[in-house]
Amino acid sequence: MLKWFRRKFKKKTEETPSAEGTSPETPVQETSSPEPPPPETPSLATPVTESVAPSAEEAAEEKKLWDRFKKGLTKTRERLREGLAELFEVDRLVDQAFLEELEELLITADIGIETVNRLLEPSRRKLLLGEPLKVSELKRSLREEILRMLDLPTPPFPPEASPAVVFFIGVNGVGKTTTLAKVAWHLKERGFSVLAVAADTFRAAAIEQLVTWGERVGFEVIRQAQGADPGAVVYQGLEAAKARGVDVVLVDTAGRLHTKYNLMEELKKMVRVAGKVVPEAPHENILVLDATTGQNAVSQAKLFGQAVRLDSLILTKMDGTAKGGIAITVAHLFRLPIRFVGLGEKMEDLAPFEPRAFVQALMP
Amino acid sequence: MFENLSDRLEGVFQKLRGKGKLTKEDVERGLREVRLALLEADVNYRVVKNFVERVRERALGAEVLESLTPAQQLIKIVHEELIRTLGETPAPLDLGGPRPVPLLLVGLQGSGKTTTAAKLALFLRKKGHRPYLVPADVYRPAAIDQLKTLAEKVGVPVYDTQPSENPVDIARKALVEAKAQGRDVVIIDTAGRLHVDEAMMAEAAAIKEAVSPREVLLVADAMTGQDAVNMARSFQEKVGLTGVILTKVEGDARGGAALSIREVTGVPIKFLGTGEKIDALEVFYPDRLASRILGMGDVLTLIEKAQETFDLKKAQEFREKLRRQEFTLEDLREQLRQVRKLGSLQEVFGMLPGIGKKIKQIPFDEKEIVRMEAIINSMTRQERLNPRIINASRKRRIARGSGTTVQDVNRLLKSYEEMRKLLKKARGARGLERLAQRLLRAI
Repeated sequence: MLKWFRRKFKKKTEETPSAEGTSPETPVQETSSPEPPPPETPSLATPVTESVAPSAEEAAEEKKLWDRFKKGLTKTRERLREGLAELFEVDRLVDQAFLEELEELLITADIGIETVNRLLEPSRRKLLLGEPLKVSELKRSLREEILRMLDLPTPPFPPEASPAVVFFIGVNGVGKTTTLAKVAWHLKERGFSVLAVAADTFRAAAIEQLVTWGERVGFEVIRQAQGADPGAVVYQGLEAAKARGVDVVLVDTAGRLHTKYNLMEELKKMVRVAGKVVPEAPHENILVLDATTGQNAVSQAKLFGQAVRLDSLILTKMDGTAKGGIAITVAHLFRLPIRFVGLGEKMEDLAPFEPRAFVQALMP
Repeated sequence: MFENLSDRLEGVFQKLRGKGKLTKEDVERGLREVRLALLEADVNYRVVKNFVERVRERALGAEVLESLTPAQQLIKIVHEELIRTLGETPAPLDLGGPRPVPLLLVGLQGSGKTTTAAKLALFLRKKGHRPYLVPADVYRPAAIDQLKTLAEKVGVPVYDTQPSENPVDIARKALVEAKAQGRDVVIIDTAGRLHVDEAMMAEAAAIKEAVSPREVLLVADAMTGQDAVNMARSFQEKVGLTGVILTKVEGDARGGAALSIREVTGVPIKFLGTGEKIDALEVFYPDRLASRILGMGDVLTLIEKAQETFDLKKAQEFREKLRRQEFTLEDLREQLRQVRKLGSLQEVFGMLPGIGKKIKQIPFDEKEIVRMEAIINSMTRQERLNPRIINASRKRRIARGSGTTVQDVNRLLKSYEEMRKLLKKARGARGLERLAQRLLRAI
């Protein structure tokens, strides 16, 4: 195991290209998947005017996104694959030591202990009862189990409403503003008109950051001065969106630690205000999670979820070495589907999340 | 969310009470809890393994086996080992060498470098230094504006970085500029970078090469998970570090990443970022983080923070009163006023052992403090000193006077009574510890 640990560093640079080439499942999955339902396929989901987008273009676009997704996850996959490949090399019988190594692998991917235990519990029980369990069987059941945790019903994106109001929520520094810009770019590529609301009036220059992104990507930003009441900005933003008839409004909220009562109250208020301007808004509240975050993400999801209704997750910074396993735990515990994965700092560095592909990538 | 370690160990050893001596197996069960607690605190798997090994060695010695209070004994060993791992004593900033002394801040995106740079500048200014801030993040939109705004807020001059400049040139020129202006410390805020981004890591190394900083400080998020080891090792190998600043400590993250980072880099943790307010930066004390990782609160920080903000004389009076268990509504009012100066209530209560975890879930509105103060203001001095005399008619008068309702007055009196009871139990340091335990069991 130590070997694996050390090797991680050495290998990632030279192995990256070969991994792309030898990954046997992924291309197959891409072409022959019986039901390729990436959540963003705008068939029924999108407003009527947009739904006539040529499907070839859609497919090409999807492929582009898919490639990026694959590329971004390469490191993650390499890590886990190396570890798992070593483990699964010989189809031998599972023993205690094997389970322990597997546990280490899963925990170092930041999958929470509770989830890891649930994943390994059936195998442990079998082992205890003296039933023979082959490595290949364990692998299959593990993959299925993780998939079950991730495979959650994903409503269409953007939500079906006009305007559709989407809130970006999360603790400080997870990348809410950058992610919002990427989502805006993604939506614009698909032909939606987008408006952003700079409701982070707390952090110095947060508004400027969003405005700069707006210039780069090409979306309007509704803003007030720093220190303004975020509820008021939301109100003004949604009124503007209604007046201009835009399709989607993206609301950038200030980073807030989920343990701060006042800030959570402020968030609740913003959500209430949104609902007063546009019926049933916000239509989607996205919790933005940093892939490098550890077990605290569970607490984040829990407390944010107590304050406002959470609908989905976006996992950022997946282009590093963090495996983002906490997303599995959060998805599992709170039944929150992962919408997108952030894979870099450029506006196109965002990919729709595909559970099947994620698990496939993690478990070769 | 997480059970704290003391609870867990109590649970394990409770069953063994009255058993007399413990066996090796009993200790192993305790160690298993230690392991789980550390993993849930995000300490890296491998670091946990080594750590538990060290604890096991000591625990299987006479210390635990012969002890009458094995749980406490084991916690003590874990606590001591944690402190030893975190580095026994606080490590101050190294500001030696020719002036101005450059300090370099590096880290992942979103770890809080820019905010930390400003906090550090304020911290140094308060200590009588003449710091200078340098924004060298030319990549993230508006990052330069952010530091310039913050610099103004903390009253520290800032280098006028242009986004078109190269970060290495910026650092070099800023150093010259700082010298010309007679500044003595230069804090360079670099762009967030992924540790696997070779080009960006090379840039950080180049900045370091160009200005030879006295300190290269890794700014790391307390919420970081298992990947902290990879990140820290990479920064250590490719840039070279002299210290760590752990940010976002005021949340409910256990901060186990600190242990991982310390173990793989060997450099000391120097500061903790403890809030969004610009003065929320604290010198790092290993023993306090050790308590936190174990979920045992942080009384020392609280007292120290109080000393910094409070009128020292008043603080002493207050402590004296606590000791004598005289805690009147007048004192409560005084405390409310002080607390408002001190920062958010949650932050303050969060540092109290045992109470911290629960109080975070109690809705605490800052405006409530103002309301509470108004209610107390509407009482007569006699009422404040002896609340027992407050009858229904007095309550109505107080409510009218403070623009609140009788229910509000009742609520205040009730919380005051609860606080008094709490404090009564918490007499002396030993008492506090016992109180924490009792509370945890009761809650």
